[in-house]
Amino acid sequence: MLAEIAISACLVISGVFGLVGSFGLIKLPDPMMRLHAPTKATTLGVGGALIASMLYFYFIVGQFSFHELMITLFLFLTAPITGHFIAKTHLHLLHKPEDLPPTGGARPWASYESDAERARIEAEAEGETGA
Amino acid sequence: MLHKILPHPLLTLLLIVVWQMLVNKVTVGNLVLGAILGVIIPLITSPYWPNRPKLRSWPRIVEYVLVVLWDICVANVQVAWVILFKSNANTHPAWIAIPLDLRTPEAITVLAGTITMTPGTVSSDVSADGRSLLVHCLDAPDPDAVRDEIKARYEARLKEIFE
Repeated sequence: MLAEIAISACLVISGVFGLVGSFGLIKLPDPMMRLHAPTKATTLGVGGALIASMLYFYFIVGQFSFHELMITLFLFLTAPITGHFIAKTHLHLLHKPEDLPPTGGARPWASYESDAERARIEAEAEGETGA
Repeated sequence: MLHKILPHPLLTLLLIVVWQMLVNKVTVGNLVLGAILGVIIPLITSPYWPNRPKLRSWPRIVEYVLVVLWDICVANVQVAWVILFKSNANTHPAWIAIPLDLRTPEAITVLAGTITMTPGTVSSDVSADGRSLLVHCLDAPDPDAVRDEIKARYEARLKEIFE
């Protein structure tokens, strides 16, 4: 009984956050802001469904299931990378270096440094350590 | 000798545990298969990590994971709040540059991942010399406060773990 209530609560939480994340995709005005909705609101959405699944297998079926922990782990490893790639694509397509805050150093943000420039600087650094 | 067969004992242990979790049943056969994978995979992949960083303290790592998990829960509620109840005219997205004190590439990677998973921030780029991170905030009326919080809350902890 108590287990069933806990499982239902987790499912409702996960559903609500999944819905809010999807709604954010429609509501927010520009691509960078839209990126925030799926990277965050869905973490708890998926997490709630996974916790519900674990509770179900432990209390109702009577065996412990590790798969949900693995899914959480892989999700936490991959979600930031996906977000990073989308952000980088966005930087290349829609932004100029002038729109962004300065790096505070001599070299620009990595997206805007040309391969030739990078090769030159790295060769120079190698020459210095070699000499 | 042992170092040659097991270049990375912790990775071996992790692979054995992950294999048990993937097949979802701990039996002798699975343990043997996990052990075989745990020996072979680090041997094949060891050329890819020539200088791996030393981790300083395990209690600190546990503390960091708990802090981040808690922040992820808070972040979900905050972002949901912004999406549902704040009009677009009232949200202030901002780019901020975070100067890094961390030098270990692994530590910077963990910091960037953490920033993406927590309150209204996505790490988008790193400067070409690896000295600062570019972060996009969903709603930051005061960008300097966000920068200081990330530095105090995550970077200081990571510095104790990695450097």
